[in-house]
Amino acid sequence: MNVTVLLFASYADALGTTELEIALPAGSTVADAVRRVATLPGADRVPPKPLVAVNERYAAPEQRLAPGDQLALIPPVAGG
Amino acid sequence: MRAALVDAPLDAAGLLAEVSAPANGAAIVFVGTVRESNDGRAVTGIDYTAYAAMAQRELDAIVGEAATAYDTPHVVVEHRLGTLTVGEASVVIAVAHPRRAAAFDASRFVIEQLKKRVPIWKREHYVDGSREWVDPTGVLVHPSPADQGHTSAGRATTAEAQR
Repeated sequence: MNVTVLLFASYADALGTTELEIALPAGSTVADAVRRVATLPGADRVPPKPLVAVNERYAAPEQRLAPGDQLALIPPVAGG
Repeated sequence: MRAALVDAPLDAAGLLAEVSAPANGAAIVFVGTVRESNDGRAVTGIDYTAYAAMAQRELDAIVGEAATAYDTPHVVVEHRLGTLTVGEASVVIAVAHPRRAAAFDASRFVIEQLKKRVPIWKREHYVDGSREWVDPTGVLVHPSPADQGHTSAGRATTAEAQR
Protein backbone atom coordinates (compact mmCIF):
# COMPACT_ATOMS: atom_id res chain seq x y z
CA MET A 1 0.00 0.00 0.00
CA ASN A 2 1.10 3.56 -0.62
CA VAL A 3 1.01 6.31 1.98
CA THR A 4 1.94 9.97 1.70
CA VAL A 5 4.52 11.44 4.06
CA LEU A 6 4.47 15.18 4.75
CA LEU A 7 7.60 16.89 6.04
CA PHE A 8 7.88 20.31 7.64
CA ALA A 9 10.44 22.83 8.85
CA SER A 10 13.76 21.21 9.84
CA TYR A 11 12.65 17.78 8.68
CA ALA A 12 11.77 19.10 5.22
CA ASP A 13 15.19 20.74 5.06
CA ALA A 14 16.85 17.47 6.12
CA LEU A 15 15.10 15.31 3.50
CA GLY A 16 15.08 18.04 0.85
CA THR A 17 11.35 17.71 0.17
CA THR A 18 8.00 18.51 1.77
CA GLU A 19 6.13 15.45 0.53
CA LEU A 20 6.91 11.91 -0.57
CA GLU A 21 5.15 8.63 -1.27
CA ILE A 22 6.28 5.37 0.28
CA ALA A 23 5.13 1.80 -0.39
CA LEU A 24 4.63 -0.40 2.66
CA PRO A 25 3.34 -3.95 3.20
CA ALA A 26 -0.33 -4.23 4.22
CA GLY A 27 -0.70 -4.01 7.99
CA SER A 28 2.24 -1.67 8.45
CA THR A 29 2.27 0.72 11.38
CA VAL A 30 3.35 4.29 11.96
CA ALA A 31 6.63 2.94 13.34
CA ASP A 32 7.19 0.93 10.14
CA ALA A 33 6.68 4.07 8.05
CA VAL A 34 9.09 6.02 10.23
CA ARG A 35 11.72 3.29 9.86
CA ARG A 36 11.31 3.47 6.08
CA VAL A 37 11.73 7.24 6.04
CA ALA A 38 14.84 6.82 8.21
CA THR A 39 16.55 4.99 5.33
CA LEU A 40 16.29 8.00 3.01
CA PRO A 41 19.19 10.39 2.34
CA GLY A 42 19.25 13.20 4.91
CA ALA A 43 17.16 11.30 7.45
CA ASP A 44 20.09 11.20 9.86
CA ARG A 45 18.98 14.73 10.81
CA VAL A 46 15.53 13.48 11.87
CA PRO A 47 15.29 11.87 15.32
CA PRO A 48 14.56 8.11 15.39
CA LYS A 49 11.16 8.57 17.08
CA PRO A 50 9.63 11.80 15.81
CA LEU A 51 6.11 12.90 16.60
CA VAL A 52 3.79 11.66 13.88
CA ALA A 53 0.31 12.63 12.80
CA VAL A 54 -1.93 10.47 10.63
CA ASN A 55 -4.62 12.30 8.70
CA GLU A 56 -4.10 15.45 10.83
CA ARG A 57 -4.24 13.73 14.24
CA TYR A 58 -1.35 12.78 16.49
CA ALA A 59 -0.78 9.04 16.24
CA ALA A 60 0.96 6.38 18.33
CA PRO A 61 3.81 4.33 16.81
CA GLU A 62 1.73 1.14 16.90
CA GLN A 63 -1.19 2.63 14.95
CA ARG A 64 -1.89 0.65 11.77
CA LEU A 65 -1.95 2.46 8.47
CA ALA A 66 -4.45 2.24 5.64
CA PRO A 67 -3.78 2.81 1.94
CA GLY A 68 -3.76 6.51 1.12
CA ASP A 69 -3.17 7.63 4.68
CA GLN A 70 -1.39 10.93 5.05
CA LEU A 71 1.45 10.75 7.56
CA ALA A 72 3.12 13.89 8.83
CA LEU A 73 6.42 13.93 10.67
CA ILE A 74 6.06 16.72 13.20
CA PRO A 75 9.23 18.54 14.33
CA PRO A 76 9.15 20.04 17.84
CA VAL A 77 6.40 22.65 17.59
CA ALA A 78 7.27 26.29 18.25
CA GLY A 79 4.12 28.35 17.86
CA GLY A 80 3.33 31.45 19.82
CA MET B 1 -15.38 30.84 19.77
CA ARG B 2 -13.06 31.08 16.78
CA ALA B 3 -9.54 30.19 15.72
CA ALA B 4 -7.66 31.23 12.61
CA LEU B 5 -4.28 31.17 10.91
CA VAL B 6 -3.73 34.44 9.10
CA ASP B 7 -1.18 35.92 6.71
CA ALA B 8 -1.86 39.59 7.50
CA PRO B 9 -0.95 41.68 10.57
CA LEU B 10 -3.06 40.78 13.61
CA ASP B 11 -5.65 43.18 15.02
CA ALA B 12 -5.70 42.85 18.82
CA ALA B 13 -8.35 45.57 19.22
CA GLY B 14 -10.57 43.78 16.74
CA LEU B 15 -10.32 40.54 18.69
CA LEU B 16 -11.10 42.36 21.93
CA ALA B 17 -14.22 43.83 20.35
CA GLU B 18 -15.18 40.39 19.08
CA VAL B 19 -15.30 38.84 22.57
CA SER B 20 -16.81 41.79 24.39
CA ALA B 21 -20.37 41.38 25.66
CA PRO B 22 -22.46 43.08 28.37
CA ALA B 23 -22.50 39.92 30.51
CA ASN B 24 -18.71 39.95 30.79
CA GLY B 25 -16.94 41.77 33.58
CA ALA B 26 -13.47 40.96 32.32
CA ALA B 27 -11.71 40.76 28.98
CA ILE B 28 -8.13 39.62 28.49
CA VAL B 29 -6.05 40.16 25.37
CA PHE B 30 -2.76 38.30 25.16
CA VAL B 31 -0.39 39.42 22.43
CA GLY B 32 2.70 37.35 21.65
CA THR B 33 5.34 39.33 19.78
CA VAL B 34 8.66 38.72 18.06
CA ARG B 35 11.45 39.35 20.59
CA GLU B 36 14.70 41.01 19.65
CA SER B 37 16.84 38.22 21.07
CA ASN B 38 16.68 34.52 21.83
CA ASP B 39 19.18 32.39 23.69
CA GLY B 40 21.61 35.29 23.68
CA ARG B 41 21.48 35.87 19.94
CA ALA B 42 20.15 39.05 18.33
CA VAL B 43 17.06 38.26 16.26
CA THR B 44 15.92 40.38 13.31
CA GLY B 45 12.81 38.42 12.30
CA ILE B 46 11.01 35.10 12.30
CA ASP B 47 9.44 32.96 9.58
CA TYR B 48 6.35 31.17 10.86
CA THR B 49 5.18 28.09 8.97
CA ALA B 50 2.52 25.51 9.77
CA TYR B 51 0.91 22.24 8.85
CA ALA B 52 -2.10 24.42 8.17
CA ALA B 53 -4.91 21.86 8.11
CA MET B 54 -3.79 20.20 11.34
CA ALA B 55 -2.92 23.49 13.02
CA GLN B 56 -6.43 24.74 12.31
CA ARG B 57 -7.89 21.51 13.72
CA GLU B 58 -5.80 21.76 16.89
CA LEU B 59 -6.57 25.46 17.39
CA ASP B 60 -10.28 24.74 16.98
CA ALA B 61 -10.00 21.97 19.57
CA ILE B 62 -8.12 24.20 22.01
CA VAL B 63 -10.64 27.05 21.92
CA GLY B 64 -13.42 24.49 22.30
CA GLU B 65 -11.72 22.97 25.33
CA ALA B 66 -11.16 26.42 26.84
CA ALA B 67 -14.80 27.39 26.29
CA THR B 68 -15.97 24.23 28.01
CA ALA B 69 -13.46 24.24 30.86
CA TYR B 70 -13.95 27.92 31.71
CA ASP B 71 -17.59 28.20 30.74
CA THR B 72 -17.47 31.03 28.24
CA PRO B 73 -18.06 31.06 24.48
CA HIS B 74 -15.97 34.23 24.19
CA VAL B 75 -12.60 32.74 23.23
CA VAL B 76 -10.79 33.78 20.05
CA VAL B 77 -7.25 33.04 18.87
CA GLU B 78 -5.42 34.11 15.73
CA HIS B 79 -1.89 33.01 14.84
CA ARG B 80 0.02 34.71 12.09
CA LEU B 81 2.12 32.90 9.49
CA GLY B 82 4.80 34.26 7.19
CA THR B 83 7.79 36.49 7.87
CA LEU B 84 7.53 38.86 10.85
CA THR B 85 9.90 41.53 12.08
CA VAL B 86 10.82 42.33 15.69
CA GLY B 87 7.85 43.69 17.63
CA GLU B 88 5.17 42.31 15.35
CA ALA B 89 2.42 40.18 16.88
CA SER B 90 2.62 36.47 16.09
CA VAL B 91 -0.38 35.43 18.17
CA VAL B 92 -3.36 37.17 19.75
CA ILE B 93 -5.75 35.52 22.20
CA ALA B 94 -8.86 37.31 23.42
CA VAL B 95 -11.07 35.93 26.17
CA ALA B 96 -14.03 37.51 27.93
CA HIS B 97 -15.86 36.14 30.95
CA PRO B 98 -18.14 37.44 33.69
CA ARG B 99 -15.23 37.01 36.14
CA ARG B 100 -11.57 38.00 35.79
CA ALA B 101 -10.01 34.85 37.27
CA ALA B 102 -11.58 32.59 34.68
CA ALA B 103 -10.69 35.02 31.89
CA PHE B 104 -7.00 34.98 32.91
CA ASP B 105 -7.00 31.21 33.30
CA ALA B 106 -8.67 30.57 29.95
CA SER B 107 -6.21 32.87 28.17
CA ARG B 108 -3.29 31.08 29.81
CA PHE B 109 -4.76 27.70 28.90
CA VAL B 110 -4.99 28.63 25.22
CA ILE B 111 -1.40 29.87 24.88
CA GLU B 112 0.09 26.96 26.82
CA GLN B 113 -1.85 24.38 24.81
CA LEU B 114 -1.00 26.18 21.57
CA LYS B 115 2.70 25.95 22.38
CA LYS B 116 2.42 22.24 23.19
CA ARG B 117 0.15 20.93 20.43
CA VAL B 118 -0.26 23.15 17.41
CA PRO B 119 2.02 22.24 14.49
CA ILE B 120 3.55 25.64 13.87
CA TRP B 121 7.30 26.21 13.48
CA LYS B 122 9.50 29.23 13.50
CA ARG B 123 12.83 29.94 11.87
CA GLU B 124 14.70 32.82 13.42
CA HIS B 125 16.76 35.25 11.40
CA TYR B 126 19.89 36.48 13.18
CA VAL B 127 21.90 39.65 12.80
CA ASP B 128 24.75 37.70 11.23
CA GLY B 129 22.44 36.59 8.39
CA SER B 130 22.05 32.99 9.52
CA ARG B 131 18.67 31.32 10.10
CA GLU B 132 17.72 28.42 12.35
CA TRP B 133 14.57 26.47 13.17
CA VAL B 134 13.69 26.95 16.81
CA ASP B 135 13.47 23.76 18.86
CA PRO B 136 11.86 24.54 22.24
CA THR B 137 12.62 21.02 23.47
CA GLY B 138 16.34 21.61 23.03
CA VAL B 139 16.70 17.97 22.02
CA LEU B 140 17.90 18.60 18.51
CA VAL B 141 19.40 21.58 16.77
CA HIS B 142 19.21 21.44 13.01
CA PRO B 143 21.12 24.31 11.47
CA SER B 144 21.13 24.23 7.70
CA PRO B 145 24.58 23.53 6.21
CA ALA B 146 25.10 27.23 5.48
CA ASP B 147 24.56 28.01 9.16
CA GLN B 148 26.95 25.44 10.62
CA GLY B 149 29.67 27.95 11.27
CA HIS B 150 27.38 29.97 13.50
CA THR B 151 26.31 27.15 15.80
CA SER B 152 28.14 27.49 19.05
CA ALA B 153 30.01 24.48 20.38
CA GLY B 154 28.02 24.63 23.60
CA ARG B 155 24.66 24.30 21.94
CA ALA B 156 25.83 21.52 19.67
CA THR B 157 27.21 19.61 22.65
CA THR B 158 23.92 19.94 24.50
CA ALA B 159 22.01 18.62 21.50
CA GLU B 160 24.30 15.62 21.19
CA ALA B 161 24.12 14.82 24.89
CA GLN B 162 20.33 14.72 24.89
CA ARG B 163 19.91 12.54 21.82
